[in-house]
Amino acid sequence: MQNETKTRVEQLTSAAGHPVAVLRFEGDIASTSKDAVLGTYQALPKETKLVLLDFTKVDYINSSGIALVIQLLIEASNCGQKVCAFGLSAHFTKVFTMVGIPKYAGLFSTQAEALAGM
Amino acid sequence: MSESKTTTAPKPTTVEVRVPSRMGFEKVAMSTAASVAKLMGFRDDRIEDLKTAVAEACINAIEHGNRLNEKLSVGVVLSAGADALEVKVMDDGRGMNRQPDKLNKPDIDRKMRGEEDARGMGMFLIQALVDEAEWVAGTDGNSSYVRLVIRLDKDAE
Repeated sequence: MQNETKTRVEQLTSAAGHPVAVLRFEGDIASTSKDAVLGTYQALPKETKLVLLDFTKVDYINSSGIALVIQLLIEASNCGQKVCAFGLSAHFTKVFTMVGIPKYAGLFSTQAEALAGM
Repeated sequence: MSESKTTTAPKPTTVEVRVPSRMGFEKVAMSTAASVAKLMGFRDDRIEDLKTAVAEACINAIEHGNRLNEKLSVGVVLSAGADALEVKVMDDGRGMNRQPDKLNKPDIDRKMRGEEDARGMGMFLIQALVDEAEWVAGTDGNSSYVRLVIRLDKDAE
């Protein structure tokens, strides 16, 4: 019943010229998405310093999915990485803000805005 | 002589859904609630609030109430009134013996430091996104429900 989460990793460059690992999520982000979210993040090269999460193709995120994003932020913080996100709907931008995520991950509307802010 | 008039409030329109206690089926209840709310004329942003609240209530019923026992189902009753939609999400669990703290907001700093579970945000989201949320435990120890109310005129422009 869950729309399986698929994740694609891409390497881009920020406006400041730094390499950015982009995790492009597709499907639902829920309790079953651990491998797709944390597993994919943990497989990034250790030297990664900037991580960008793309939620453009995500329709449904529940509290378990938000918890996975927070776990990713905890691991990124421990590794000294900066994380930003873009492509959230207005509703999920509100929900992420309600639980305090913008304090640890910049939220942007578009990829271009995110890359300019990293 | 005064003329007496009796006015009767229109009877709520009721829609009922039963979903299995399996993760993912909360989306069936969520979609049904969204359809009813759309028919009632709720704004899109309020429908999104309702969808998240109903999904989280169903997830709690599936996971904590029915403990993922697929022999049990979660009942969802949507009652569309003139100016509000009431949603009852029922399970076979014991329920809670007290109401959760009002807007028990997650502490992101504590979560980031590992002092608070990264999970545990469902009840906060429910309370924050609807106008009323009430948890009711049955007296028999194996039935409980959460009752949500979302009003049609919330923040009307």
